[in-house]
Amino acid sequence: MLRSLNFSRRRLLQGSAAALAAPLIGVGPARAATPTVGFIYVGPKNDFGFNQSHAEAVALLRKAKPDVKYLEEEKVPETSAAEKTMESMIKLDGASLLFLTSFGYFDPYMLRVAQKYPNVQFRHQGLLWNPDKNPKNTGSYFGYIGDAIYVCGVAAAKASKTRKLGFVAAKPIPAVLRSINSFLLGARSVDPSLTVQVIFTGDWSVPSKEAEATNALADAGVDCVNCHIDDLKVVLGVADQRNMFSFGLNTDQSTLAPKGYVTGALYAWDKIYGEFIDDLAAGKPLPNLLKGSFAEGFVRMGPFGAAATPEIKDAVKLAAAELTSGQRKIFTGPLKDNKGAEVLAAGQSVAAADPTLGKMNYLLDGVIGSIP
Amino acid sequence: MNAQPFGFRSVRTAEAAALPIGALIASATAFGLIVAALGDDPFEVYRMIFVGGFGSWFSWENTLQRVAPLLLTALCAALPAQLGLAVIGGEGAFALGGLAAVEAAILASRAPAWLDIAAMLTAGMAAGALIVGAAGFLRAWRGVSETISSLLLNYLAIAVFNQLVEGPLRDSSDLNRASTFPVPEQAMIGTIGDSGLHWGLAVGLAACVGAWVVIFRTTTGFSMRIAGGNAQAARTVGIPVDRLIVGACTIGGAAAGLAGAIETAAVYERANNSLIAGYGFSGILISFIARHNPLLIIPAAILFGGIGASGGLIQRRLGLPDAAVTVLQGCTFLMVLMAETFRGRSLRDLVLGEARTS
Repeated sequence: MLRSLNFSRRRLLQGSAAALAAPLIGVGPARAATPTVGFIYVGPKNDFGFNQSHAEAVALLRKAKPDVKYLEEEKVPETSAAEKTMESMIKLDGASLLFLTSFGYFDPYMLRVAQKYPNVQFRHQGLLWNPDKNPKNTGSYFGYIGDAIYVCGVAAAKASKTRKLGFVAAKPIPAVLRSINSFLLGARSVDPSLTVQVIFTGDWSVPSKEAEATNALADAGVDCVNCHIDDLKVVLGVADQRNMFSFGLNTDQSTLAPKGYVTGALYAWDKIYGEFIDDLAAGKPLPNLLKGSFAEGFVRMGPFGAAATPEIKDAVKLAAAELTSGQRKIFTGPLKDNKGAEVLAAGQSVAAADPTLGKMNYLLDGVIGSIP
Repeated sequence: MNAQPFGFRSVRTAEAAALPIGALIASATAFGLIVAALGDDPFEVYRMIFVGGFGSWFSWENTLQRVAPLLLTALCAALPAQLGLAVIGGEGAFALGGLAAVEAAILASRAPAWLDIAAMLTAGMAAGALIVGAAGFLRAWRGVSETISSLLLNYLAIAVFNQLVEGPLRDSSDLNRASTFPVPEQAMIGTIGDSGLHWGLAVGLAACVGAWVVIFRTTTGFSMRIAGGNAQAARTVGIPVDRLIVGACTIGGAAAGLAGAIETAAVYERANNSLIAGYGFSGILISFIARHNPLLIIPAAILFGGIGASGGLIQRRLGLPDAAVTVLQGCTFLMVLMAETFRGRSLRDLVLGEARTS
């Protein structure tokens, strides 16, 4: 017993050197035959919102395509920490394809890392990629969620008793304005007299203002509320208390509003990621840009909630089917903004992917409220 | 101090080493127990922290990149702490420093590069100095608690920052995110050689060494420490305590502002709300772990930076949530502070419960 403890100093040094070196072995890049794909999220994976929609897609892919190695990292800030996360996934885990799910990762962080690692592919959520300026190993992917929000508008028009709809919005950026306008157009496709009252809270997550806004809408007689914010718990909770119909965004939130939830607008990231990953596994070059709507399967309607009547369900299914087939066009003239200026002349129509829609800076006629 | 038993110096040295090391072991153990309670292997977690923070040159780069701003924001707390002040205004000073730096660099973009950089860094320091210096001034002039005023000034600074970035200083070409115009190419701060590290690390290290020299090797530093020990006594012997308070806060704020300026010019390229990522608040923790000694800030920041850098690997390899490393950082902070209460007490005192007053 005593003897076994009697190490010489050299033995001890050797031992501790080995102990220190041991972890280094087997942590080199695992660049084997299995393709390795990394996902970087700005928020927590269980936020009941945007980040969770990506994490759920990855969970589906883990089952559907188990031959691929999946790496996930949550709460990565849009700072140089994001660069280090990308490099860490590449160098320590051997990732050859990275998906960056938050807007602020693109410039300068992803562009810098992409230049440093030309053999790794980078795809960024959104439509920022510019083929003339950005590296060839970068790209964008996007689902036109506004089309699914339009279908929520159709459902709201069928559900509303007071004939007043409401919308709680974060910031007046083009993507959010498009959500509001799409909701209105969906509702007006059923009943052209409907209005949508909008309240901007000013930021992506301000629970106190979101509660206030939802209550203010209820007080104004609104009985259908939709929203474009980060975390929908507060709005859906208040909506249920005030006996309003409510709609979800990004992930299935029907459990948050067990009484009034109708349906939700969902991204189908698993479809988009699956297409990239199939190409990667087959050794084919990846597309730089993947974008689409119902037809491509990149957006879909969420499960119906308790408030969805058979009539609503039929209307939702019909609208989604017509958008898929291209029979129905959301942005069809004549359209005016709510200050009276013409947006689209009679007879004109623009497709979901039209770049002018990505620069939207107006609220359509029928939206009550103004851009702050 | 009372008379000490024999071997006073060696006992003190041993104690100075034993307390932080003991605190680190205790925090690692506590964290290991939490990990084990969650059903994971604590030794695997320790191994990943080592690999992710210190296991390779890449990991060191990752760690040191986080360290660079922390060295300067820690000084923002450590300098006033010599006078017994608890200043927590680093976060606001960091953000405003970054914003002022971008705007100065844009205004001076026609000047030669060296002048542009000088204007940029000076503006960053001035903005930080102004906001934390104000807390020092209120303390010296009216006896306002510098802790409360600097805390509240953070909110003020961040509100002003957001207002300017979303309003008059916004680059309107980006509809989706409020940012300022970028720092001109010539004023960008580059990397040290081929490493992934920017010159801010060297500036931070130099600032820590410089602050140590001032505090422990000059009469000004001696005056500061006397005033920190007993302000009344210091005033009696003619030390300008109020001037020292305003000075320490101003220079501390300038350090945090400089950190914001360097990070913006080396990493962010523009000022936007990514700047408000907690560097100022982390600096306070590091200053406390270092017992407000500027030289000890360096290892403390490396430890914190390394734990932070390993967070990604722990998530990916072990499936632990991002909060795991935050819990470890929190454990470390608590244990180091608790260990401080043992300072100057022998084991016998502790066992018998006789606290020696010192």
